[in-house]
Amino acid sequence: MPKDEFTPRTFSVVGTRPLRPDGIDKVTGRARYGADISAPGMLTGMVLRSPHAHARICSIDTSVAAAMPGVKAVITRADFPVHPENNGTADVLDNCMADKKALYDGHAVAAVAASSRRAALDALATIKVVYEVLPHVLDVDEAMKLDAPILHKGRKQEGVPADVSDNVLTRTEYGHGDPEIGFQMADLVIERQFKTAATHQGYIEPHSCLATLGSDGQGDLWVCTQGHYMARNTCAEILGLDSGCLRVTPSEIGGGFGGKTTVFLEPTALLLSQKSGRPVKMTMTREEVFRASGPTASTSIDIKIGMTKDGTITAAKGDYRYQNGAYEAMNGTLGAMTGFAPYDLDHVKTVGWDVVTNRPKAAAYRAPGAPMAAFAVESVIDELAYKLGLDPIEVRLKNAAREGTKSAYGPTYPAIGLEATLKAAKSHPHWSAPLGENQGRGVACGFWFNFGGDTCVSLMVNPDGTVSLSEGNPDIGGSRAAMSMMAAEELGIPMERVRTIIADTAALGQNEVTDGSRVTFAVGLATIKAARHAIQIMVERAAMTWGIDPEAVEWVDGAAQPAGPNAGKHPPMSLAEIAAIASNTGGPISGHFEVNAEGAGVSFGTHIADTEVDPETGAVKIIRYTVFQDAGKAVHPSFVEGQLQGGAVQGIGWALNEEYIYGKDGTLQNAGFLDYRIPVASDLPMIDTAILEIPNPGHPYGVRGVGETGIVPPLAAVANSVSRAAGVRMTSLPMSPPKVLAALKKM
Amino acid sequence: MSQIHVKTIINGDASEFLCAADETLLDVLRDRLDLTGSKEGCASGDCGACSVTMDGRLVCACLVLGAEADGTEITTIEGMATGENLHPLQQAFLDHAALQCGICTPGFLVAAKSLLERNPDPTEEETRYWLAGNLCRCTGYDKIVRAVLDAAKIMRETA
Amino acid sequence: MQFQSPLSVEDAVAFLADDQNARILSGGTDLLVRLRLGHIAPSKIVDIKKIEGMRSITREDGGFRIGAAVSGAEMNENHDLYLAWPGVVEAAGLIGSTQIQGRATIVGNLCNAGPAADSVPALVAASATARIAGPSGVRDVLVQDIPIAPGQTSLKIGELVTSIFLPAQPVNGSDAYLRFIPRTEMDIAVVGCGVSLKLDSAGTVVQARVALGAVAPTVLLVENAAEILIGTQLDDDALSALAEASSSVANPIDDKRGTIAFRKDVSGVLTCRAAKIAYSRAKGTVK
Repeated sequence: MPKDEFTPRTFSVVGTRPLRPDGIDKVTGRARYGADISAPGMLTGMVLRSPHAHARICSIDTSVAAAMPGVKAVITRADFPVHPENNGTADVLDNCMADKKALYDGHAVAAVAASSRRAALDALATIKVVYEVLPHVLDVDEAMKLDAPILHKGRKQEGVPADVSDNVLTRTEYGHGDPEIGFQMADLVIERQFKTAATHQGYIEPHSCLATLGSDGQGDLWVCTQGHYMARNTCAEILGLDSGCLRVTPSEIGGGFGGKTTVFLEPTALLLSQKSGRPVKMTMTREEVFRASGPTASTSIDIKIGMTKDGTITAAKGDYRYQNGAYEAMNGTLGAMTGFAPYDLDHVKTVGWDVVTNRPKAAAYRAPGAPMAAFAVESVIDELAYKLGLDPIEVRLKNAAREGTKSAYGPTYPAIGLEATLKAAKSHPHWSAPLGENQGRGVACGFWFNFGGDTCVSLMVNPDGTVSLSEGNPDIGGSRAAMSMMAAEELGIPMERVRTIIADTAALGQNEVTDGSRVTFAVGLATIKAARHAIQIMVERAAMTWGIDPEAVEWVDGAAQPAGPNAGKHPPMSLAEIAAIASNTGGPISGHFEVNAEGAGVSFGTHIADTEVDPETGAVKIIRYTVFQDAGKAVHPSFVEGQLQGGAVQGIGWALNEEYIYGKDGTLQNAGFLDYRIPVASDLPMIDTAILEIPNPGHPYGVRGVGETGIVPPLAAVANSVSRAAGVRMTSLPMSPPKVLAALKKM
Repeated sequence: MSQIHVKTIINGDASEFLCAADETLLDVLRDRLDLTGSKEGCASGDCGACSVTMDGRLVCACLVLGAEADGTEITTIEGMATGENLHPLQQAFLDHAALQCGICTPGFLVAAKSLLERNPDPTEEETRYWLAGNLCRCTGYDKIVRAVLDAAKIMRETA
Repeated sequence: MQFQSPLSVEDAVAFLADDQNARILSGGTDLLVRLRLGHIAPSKIVDIKKIEGMRSITREDGGFRIGAAVSGAEMNENHDLYLAWPGVVEAAGLIGSTQIQGRATIVGNLCNAGPAADSVPALVAASATARIAGPSGVRDVLVQDIPIAPGQTSLKIGELVTSIFLPAQPVNGSDAYLRFIPRTEMDIAVVGCGVSLKLDSAGTVVQARVALGAVAPTVLLVENAAEILIGTQLDDDALSALAEASSSVANPIDDKRGTIAFRKDVSGVLTCRAAKIAYSRAKGTVK
């Protein structure tokens, strides 16, 4: 893993707060999101969805629909041409359009394209589906039992024991040492069970796309997505197309947080377009977003931790059982990897289980699998600290992982920022502020790996000396600004002279999805390298102009200049001057860089939450909240603050009021923003942030991804706060008022 | 379903359109009039992304029928800036980085403008409660509230 | 589906009497949601907002007549109405967001007959009446007699509520409405409580009405609240008995918004809190 990219330096652009270049479009309503486009002859596509949580599909009769006025195409799974060999893609296809079984309430079973929304709705109403309703299972522990209803036979992987059902797809183990030895050394051992409900990313923009696919396999797709290359590759695989023939353009995206890292409508829209010969636009309703996109796992977690009187953790064990909806996912594995990651432990063992149930296919929500694990682990550490009369931050400092610590999930850490965030928290005025009646303070740490991945950047020097940067990652957090800033920094020109766009799939090589907190790190790294490549070319052009060796030319402050007195007397040539004569010195100038980026730095965070509990109603109010996180290097501090604040508030919602509520028949009861309760402005105070900068050795400027870690500590920070305010340990999320009041009354 | 003939004024311009009885004002704005600045987040009045004003009153366009707009004056996000000059609220949102994905931003701007027209000096609490019908999932509301309070101050000073 | 905007009550009545599948449109904040979800498919929408008087709040016999198309926002902007009946106005102001307030009406809120309607407990505590126009003429009915089951009112075919009347607030009287919701805004009430009190010049309760919402199929009057509170100055024993009475009268269900136990507990808590607010408001007018 590259550890030698980083060079300390003084920045002139990086670290400042310029206005975002896409800002005016967004504040005037001009910016075009997924549903903001239309095409001549466009049809409206709509999906028919299973009303049953689990059912065999015996037959589908679409004949009446196909003959209705305005209906130009009707499809079912039978119309999809390919059975993908790859299990993952096969699951995505099955999720987009059910085959033999409907696996959850909302599972797509058919689709139509018609001349209007009304015509499409009327057509759907005539499609006759004969279902054989099967018993369903929703809870992870229930789904693991041998007598549970089974979703898929024969998908159990190696390592899963025989005493659990076929719904258990994977079992993974991590750790080192021997916890049983460690527990003997503890003065206090606490063992607790925790449960968390499924939640949704809650992005305000529903999934939407406009698809055009010809009978010759050439297609265009406009889609709000976190990964247009992923959309292209997946749709091509599912539909048997050459990926180069499908050109995907990402729209502005109205939130994703991991929920738009896969496809739900797109293969269907493309197929409807091919069959009807017309462009097809499909947009999910809010109800469909909740029922049929990708919520988080719900979990059942057992944690056991032993601690000595002075606060040293001697042993830790965790059993993380996650249900991922109807298909395979890794959330339990990731929980088992991340829960104890902040700590330096001699004896730790974790087991992660990934289980299927009759719910929609889980997708990532910022750091997938980690927030729930942190909730459980950080709650037990808090309880240990409380019972031993120790300061909760001191306890974490005492056991904190550092550079050289062997992590609980295997690798040894390079330079990391956990201690810095804990020390910053401890010395912050929030930690010592007085608390009022019925108020409590909670602290928690969180971890996320972050990630690099396939990245391509192309940087063009225009004849007028401006720079155009093409990258392939949809901008969900202000990354276009960050890329422009890094390019400007490297080139030594003002940021205003650089314009970054997100190119479509035909313009660049493969780019990994905007996920894994990878963009500022990996696309930033590629941008810097592409800029250096362009600089190298410009240096050569200057050298050529001066008739000297390129080795004798250096790039300083946006211009080529002789590297020393021996190189000769030549006044510097600015980027603009070199650009102006590019055609005469060899042709247009551009730099590019393609990489599967490694060296993403992990990011740690510590959060402090103050809450007040109404003892008569169980209502919880957030009084004060502070986020401390290591960003390596904050390219645009306002955007980093925004990520921290956004992640914290998502975590607050997850902790207090958000949950998927199912009826006894397995259907989702709260598929809307009325009863799926995300935080509103009046629920919250200002969210304070402190950005720490412990440079990541793997990035030229020290950048670490920050987008995901912010959601990992809040569930625990809020739970620890509420537990202390209420005087009773809360072990089940969300901590809605009925649950808090019931816990208070039990005391 | 036969179409209804509607005459309104939208962002100061006379506007006439035909719509079905069950089309909402939001449907009309986005699909018939190409005014896609107002967004559909939920179609049930729970998210505020479709906020517009109707005869000076802040409403969700998804909860008004196109037919009900007859004889009324509508303002949308597209009417907020004047030519190339941004409204102080729009500028404040940019200055405070009060947007990330930006999908909720038009709704917030229209709602905040309505607030400041009625109450030029709101407290933080008043601002948060007025804007409770506008959901944002990216920002946690902090920078949005700061931007609105700052714009209010600037508008009071230049009034 | 047709859309009609009658200019008179008679025309509106004719549209409704003629077509059992017609729906009245006032604020539309509930109707349009159901329409979009496909829960209803009316043949005709009858918009009453162009009928004269529907959008006015007028003084009448010392009280207030509120037209059926008056929005919550308009009610909250009427200073005299707020002074007389702050609980009713606040209740109307709690329905949904600012945007919903711009359209939603208390008449629509009442006629949807949702068990958790925010405006209804306060109206019932205030002894408000609804004026109904229909094929057989005009009649006045107590608001509490309008909802008969979730989603069902006592209105007959062709009838519509044209206004709500709030009687004159007696000297030394006032009201309050509180609701419990899990967030701070935007939720349907898990429990709602309206309290209306009249005091004598010494500050002793002489009249009391307490109504609960969201804890039964329709709004509930806490029948023995008057008995418990009259003659007291809301001392701890009275409040305790009041809480007990509320909790025992409450007859809620378990649903996605709250459990039976929770709603019963909180009924008692909110009733006391609302009573205290109504009391201190009423006392504020004691000469």
